[in-house]
Amino acid sequence: MTPLTGYLLLAALLFAIGLAGALTRRNAILVLIGIELMLNAANLNLIAFWRYGPHPEALTGFMFAIFSIAVAAAEAAVGLGLVIQIYRHAKTTDLDLMNRMKG
Amino acid sequence: MQVTLMTSSHLGPGPLVPWLWLIPALPMIAAGFGALLKQRQRKAAALLAIGSMTASLFIALVAFVYEVKGWASHFPTREVYNFTWFQFGSSGVDLGWVLDPLSAAMALMVTFVGLLIFIYSVGYMAEDENFTRFFCFLSLFGGAMLGVVISNSILLLFMCWEIVGLTSYLLIGFWYHKPSAAAAAKKAFLTTRVGDIFFLLGIVWLFSQTGTLLFYNGGAGSIEAPALAALLQQPAAWGLTAAGAIGLLIFAGAVGKSGQLPLHVWLPDAMEGPTPVSALIHAATMVAAGVYLVARVYPLMAAGAGANGSTVALTVVTWIGAATALFAALIAVAQNDIKRILAYSTVSQLGYMMAGLGIGGVVVGMFHLITHAFFKSLLFMGAGSVIHGCHEEQDVRKMGGLRHEMPKTFLPYAAGMLALSGFPLFFSGFWSKDAILESANHWDPSRVPYFMMVAAAVLTAFYMMRQVSYVFFGKWRGHGHAHESPRVMTGPLAILGFFAVTLGFIGTPAWPWFRAFLENSPLHLEMHAFAESGFWILLATSTVVVGLGLGLGWWLYGNKSPEPEEQDALEKAMPWAWVVLRDKFYIDELYGMTFIAFYKWWARVADWFDRRVWGGAVALVQWVFGLLAQFNRFLDAEIVNGAFDKSCDEIASGGGIVARIQSGRVQAYLRYLALGVVVLAAILIWSSQR
Amino acid sequence: MSIVFWIFAVITLGGALAAMLLRSLVHSALAVTLSFAGLALMFLELGAQFAGFTQFLVYIGAVAILVVFAILLTRSSEETGSGVFSPTWLRGLVIAAAVFAVLGWSILNSAAALPGTTAEPVASVQQIGQALMGPYVLPLEIVAVLLTSALIGAVIVAMHEKEGAE
Repeated sequence: MTPLTGYLLLAALLFAIGLAGALTRRNAILVLIGIELMLNAANLNLIAFWRYGPHPEALTGFMFAIFSIAVAAAEAAVGLGLVIQIYRHAKTTDLDLMNRMKG
Repeated sequence: MQVTLMTSSHLGPGPLVPWLWLIPALPMIAAGFGALLKQRQRKAAALLAIGSMTASLFIALVAFVYEVKGWASHFPTREVYNFTWFQFGSSGVDLGWVLDPLSAAMALMVTFVGLLIFIYSVGYMAEDENFTRFFCFLSLFGGAMLGVVISNSILLLFMCWEIVGLTSYLLIGFWYHKPSAAAAAKKAFLTTRVGDIFFLLGIVWLFSQTGTLLFYNGGAGSIEAPALAALLQQPAAWGLTAAGAIGLLIFAGAVGKSGQLPLHVWLPDAMEGPTPVSALIHAATMVAAGVYLVARVYPLMAAGAGANGSTVALTVVTWIGAATALFAALIAVAQNDIKRILAYSTVSQLGYMMAGLGIGGVVVGMFHLITHAFFKSLLFMGAGSVIHGCHEEQDVRKMGGLRHEMPKTFLPYAAGMLALSGFPLFFSGFWSKDAILESANHWDPSRVPYFMMVAAAVLTAFYMMRQVSYVFFGKWRGHGHAHESPRVMTGPLAILGFFAVTLGFIGTPAWPWFRAFLENSPLHLEMHAFAESGFWILLATSTVVVGLGLGLGWWLYGNKSPEPEEQDALEKAMPWAWVVLRDKFYIDELYGMTFIAFYKWWARVADWFDRRVWGGAVALVQWVFGLLAQFNRFLDAEIVNGAFDKSCDEIASGGGIVARIQSGRVQAYLRYLALGVVVLAAILIWSSQR
Repeated sequence: MSIVFWIFAVITLGGALAAMLLRSLVHSALAVTLSFAGLALMFLELGAQFAGFTQFLVYIGAVAILVVFAILLTRSSEETGSGVFSPTWLRGLVIAAAVFAVLGWSILNSAAALPGTTAEPVASVQQIGQALMGPYVLPLEIVAVLLTSALIGAVIVAMHEKEGAE
């Protein structure tokens, strides 16, 4: 197993854990944490591909990861702000109790 | 973006021209930020407006000095910066700005007078709760006006022209809670709109004939020689060439903005706005924009001049200008509102400028424009100071003796009044007005405009003397106690007063600096011009004219201090004439009875047509459909409904099944998403393996 | 596969698993911080020092703190009593497993085509700075705008409504 395969498998596992958390936890904050984990897994992929890719000097994957981190930070801020606002409105962060958009 | 930089200067492509847009842009940006300020951030609003105007003044000054330098070293001084805004089909919309002596002098005047008026406004509007809004509008106006000045594209000029109209509307109606102010704003907007329609027609015609919107573009512009030659080949109607006809259409726009006959009616009413607005818009800049526009497109009007050096278009301009000068001066004699007197005086002086353009060319008209901007804004701001000091009283009959209470206002005001009257030798108005009179005296087609303008000059001196006697001499007839205005108001007055006196010396016959600068010709000091008989005749005429006017005014009104209820001295002498003049020749009433009545009648006809003819048809259709509907209802209720209800139930239950997917739970959505990813990825991998 | 990789992998995965499984939200937040730290160390190990330190700063310094604040502000640490997992947890788990299966399958399938060990590339801060100001200047500006609007948006979203505004 090459190092790259190892990193990719690790990233895949991390992604799956994050997804599982996002899909199964009731608390909105934990769902967001799960999403953060998925984003991190993607970053790990990008960095790993940059490290072992044919053209590391172009810095493409590296830059992608940096920008991804920046966007993730924005996403976390807005997401948590939304959670707080939802909590104020509904007095709960339990996603199972929020189905106002039911069709 | 395609950029053309045309220059003939020795300096190569001008380092300054590409940045000329900053002059109008800075006040506009300031207006944008000013709009964001809160109502109580008064200091910030004033600083923003004044700061941006100061910066513009600085750039305008640099541009002016640059032009003077270029002129002094005998190089062509016109530089333009053009670019294509957007392209449609084969032709594009070109915008650009031009730096030539005309625009440089005008920009300098506008920024300088504008800045003084901004500073003055700080004092005048100090009590107003909408202080920030006022400065926002002022800045926007300043920016748009400067845009008009530097524009090298008739489209850009028109856009700025319309912003100027809009801000004029906003500022006249600034005290919109007063019904009269709101009505005046509306009137100003609609009246100028009449002129602007013609202006727009002129633009379209010009563009269709020349294929360019630019004034100057290295020979390819619309008012340069090749385009003019082509335009002259196109006959229009009534002996006009296309060039003249387009020029006249554009002139119609100028008539609206500059308050010339017959579209002058809005300008006196516009005095409902705050006084700094009157000074800025309705004395120094906006109304002058019309004159400036004519000066800018002057080549169009002058193209194909006949043996007597005049064209049909210029003749029309001259006659309208001279008639306006006399007409408005007559009305001004019989007004009692301090600002209205000045308003009619402005209309009259604008008439002079137009006539000057028509007779003597760009230089003569522009010279009077520049000097007039200084002394008329001085007079307006002085009037504002007087109104302020007399507790918002505007009726001259309820003032008097103010020279003791308000000496710092009186002295500049007197200078401005003498300049406006054209007092010989020492005041700017004399030099600029006499340049117009002198060229009118030698105008080939007719001498009548000359006599009209001389009569108007007598009247000008007369009504100014009347006003000054009422306001500053005699004894106090108002209520309460008059007080001097703060320094922030009298300071600008003093500065303007200085220029009202001295500015004339740049355009004397012996040292025609302004003419040489605008025409880019060498300047010589010719003392012998003073020795020529023409000058002495002119000087003598002027002295007699001004002396007659001032003397008559003093004789009738000086130190008399009549009571407000008392009849005017002129009214006693000529009651019928007085009434006609006081009621402004019934022009407003005439328009009311003709145009407005016509529109009202037309509206009634349309209304009747709507009600009877179309309404009847509609009623008939309605009745037929009602009958049909009755029949349909029967069908529906008995036959269709049953089937329809059944199918509705089916759809509803089907929708219920689908709606279950839309559970409103985010995690369910995320599940579907992940499932979709799995399926797609599986398909991809599977297909790539085969 | 170096021993360091395995240590970091255990830290990262262990933290992530603990974050997703622990009942207490505060414990979850601490566990996810551990996971972020593991990832950051892994970035460093991969020679991406800049990305590693950014990871430290952004995730441990900012996001983790944000999460803790959100937990405090929503008082979510008090137990709801009806379990931490939603009733549909089994479906979720199955789908996550399916995603992992697909990913793992594709990685192992293409393992032969993946490049092997190469010399460690250099990503000095100077290079990164030049890249950011050169070819990546537009994304950089866009991210700046995005962060600004996210900042404003987060403030507005989380802002207390005025009393009586409803």
